[in-house]
Amino acid sequence: MCLGVPGKIVEINDVNGLKMAKVDFGGIFREACLDYVPEAKVGEYCVIHVGFAISLLSEKEALETLDLLKQISNIEEELGPDRTAA
Amino acid sequence: MKYVTEYRDAALVKGVIEEIRRTVTRTWTIMEICGGQTHAIVRHGIDQLLPKEIELVHGPGCPVCVTPLELIDKALAIAARPEVIFCSYGDMLRVPGSARDLFSIKAQGGDVRVVYSPLDAVNLAQANPDKQVVFFAIGFETTAPPNVMSVLQAQRLGLKNYSILVSHVCVPPAIQAILSSPANRVQGFLLAGHVCAVMGYWEYPSLSEKFRVPMAVTGFEPLDIVQGILTTVRLLEDGRVEVANAYPRAVTLEGNRPAQAAISKVFMACDRKWRGIGTIPMSGWCLRPAFDEFNAEKRFEVESITADESPLCIAGQILQGLKKPHDCTAFGKECTTEHPLGATMVSSEGACAAYYRYGRVEMNQSMQS
Amino acid sequence: MSEETVNMEGAVCAPPLSHTDQIVMGHGAGGRMGHQLIQKAFLPAFQNPALSAGDDAARVNPGSNGQLSISTDAHVVWPLFFPGGDIGRLAVCGTVNDVAMLGARPLYLTAGFILEEGLPMETLQRVVVSMQSAAMEAGVQIVAGDTKVVQKGKADGLYITTAGVGLVRSGLTIGGAQAREGDVIILSGSIGDHGIAVLAARGELGFQSSLKSDVAPLNHLVARMLDTSRNIHVLRDPTRGGLATTLNEIAVQSNLGIVLNEEAIPVHPEVNAACEMLGFDPLYIANEGKLVAVVAREDAGRILEAMHGTRYGEEAVIVGEVTSETRGRVLLKTAIGSTRVVDMLAGEMLPRIC
Repeated sequence: MCLGVPGKIVEINDVNGLKMAKVDFGGIFREACLDYVPEAKVGEYCVIHVGFAISLLSEKEALETLDLLKQISNIEEELGPDRTAA
Repeated sequence: MKYVTEYRDAALVKGVIEEIRRTVTRTWTIMEICGGQTHAIVRHGIDQLLPKEIELVHGPGCPVCVTPLELIDKALAIAARPEVIFCSYGDMLRVPGSARDLFSIKAQGGDVRVVYSPLDAVNLAQANPDKQVVFFAIGFETTAPPNVMSVLQAQRLGLKNYSILVSHVCVPPAIQAILSSPANRVQGFLLAGHVCAVMGYWEYPSLSEKFRVPMAVTGFEPLDIVQGILTTVRLLEDGRVEVANAYPRAVTLEGNRPAQAAISKVFMACDRKWRGIGTIPMSGWCLRPAFDEFNAEKRFEVESITADESPLCIAGQILQGLKKPHDCTAFGKECTTEHPLGATMVSSEGACAAYYRYGRVEMNQSMQS
Repeated sequence: MSEETVNMEGAVCAPPLSHTDQIVMGHGAGGRMGHQLIQKAFLPAFQNPALSAGDDAARVNPGSNGQLSISTDAHVVWPLFFPGGDIGRLAVCGTVNDVAMLGARPLYLTAGFILEEGLPMETLQRVVVSMQSAAMEAGVQIVAGDTKVVQKGKADGLYITTAGVGLVRSGLTIGGAQAREGDVIILSGSIGDHGIAVLAARGELGFQSSLKSDVAPLNHLVARMLDTSRNIHVLRDPTRGGLATTLNEIAVQSNLGIVLNEEAIPVHPEVNAACEMLGFDPLYIANEGKLVAVVAREDAGRILEAMHGTRYGEEAVIVGEVTSETRGRVLLKTAIGSTRVVDMLAGEMLPRIC
């Protein structure tokens, strides 16, 4: 139930009463409905599922997550793989 | 691709797996309840790299797999009608009904079309006023907002020839059913990230506390999955019964409010039969009476046909995480992706199909020799 | 009322229309209309003595007593014209490539056309011109053909069946069963371009892409590779079913195992993007201008170098190797270090929502 793919909004239009965006999935473009994420702006990324934006991706959270995980991985580098859990 | 490639970084994934290895002190059984996550785990071989103390079991997270047989048969009956254009998400086409599938109906002249989005079905209805367009509205909570928008849009456009055949299922009742089972061994849950993007995760703390099972909202890329597992393992090791969010870039506690509002307007909770499991009370959504004119089951008189599943198929037990695909005597022999016996082999996200396609047949063979 | 006397003498039926703008049933009836169609639509394009002789079969002189490589294919692609190619180019290149994959020099093609009533002549002309262009690029002649016309609705505009004949280079036995343990697997370039380009062109899933089909004749590339090394054991072009299906076929035919390196497989970012969106795997998507070569390890470097200097081989890369373990199966080493099995494509590839 979950094939949601990040896509970047490049254009927003009103089509038949729906707020529709042209979304860039990395060179492939498709339209998606923004009615559920009305605050999304051009240049922002959303999770797109079956032609609908269901969530606005937070750059801040994304970077924090990556930082956190890098720290976890760096611990591994510093200690080396032989280190047993304390 | 932004927001995808970074979460496939091999070094980071390995680093997090090492941290899981360092953290774990005993065995834990963790269930993931999303077909997309099953697919990702098996495709990237993540379970191979986890320490052996972690056992991942696959839950009934595939809406295709759990669509009841009777509803498939209704879909086939409707699709066979000459005045109908029957639209469906791709993976439903292969799901076997009692005797046939949508492919067979198509082969006999039924107008069956794969659509990517439910709005494509609405467009078809607008473009073909002399036809009845029926959309097979299946899914978990993630797919509900798109499916209901198609109804709202059809209403807005004044379309009289659009209806949906609903088979929606919800995650929390499924988790409740799994954890209530006397045979349950699941100790931790990876929650479906995109279901939570829509619904939030405020529904889960009560379940978590009731059954003393920690849970982590988890995404779909390899890094997301191992992060979800690490989060769950840490909670388990610390004895903390909590619901944590390991997918914060896409999920908030309250979820998507406009989407939830649309769902409540159009759908209401109802009992739902899950193929291979049975009826779970109030585990599904159906159209409210106000939207009866868009309800395909009311528009088309179709008789239910009850039929038996193959006696060899243990999809039900696999869906509940009680057995693995290679525990099934038919796996890889009578039941393969070319001639599936049950839904978990048919659907590309079903655990059996994932295992078969990504090659867990050997395990079966070596265990039997 | 007219005062003229009606003169019935000399009155004859109106002559039939000559239907030069679209195909009608008469074109397939074997009579004058059919002859005119051949004269006007096919002969000027596929010019060669064998075809111009106008007999029921082509008399050709391949000029050698060696082995022949023969292949046939039917082409039903829709839409007829897509970015990077069309059904005509596809037909010629498809058969040229199949013949070449035995290590043969393709020489002659036949082309059978099933035309749908109502097909604009201009469309047919475009396809035929494209076929000749591809044939010239490949250095082959289209020496025999056939035309039938079917009622409206019975063909998507047109279908083409081709057969091809070539001469196998002497002393070579190249085939799916010839792979050896220790061989490496070379892929000539990025996978999935054709399948995604055509899917985008069909429009049913509503996405746009700038991808072009990779449809191309590979026989010159094959010839260059064979000039470089006699230790090329298998050649195959991964069309429908993709790289995964092709390698599975080879693994089964040779009764050996294949291990692929996920990170080495070139995939265009747009192909990846489309696959992510739809839930597809590039390994299963059709290619029409790529080949896979299973070659002796010690020759791989030289072969790659030769490919890099030849059209359609510029991006060739080693993607895997042949082992004696897990015979008959193809394994993939993922970027994160795990190994999984890559199966053949089972049925139709369908977009998924999970």
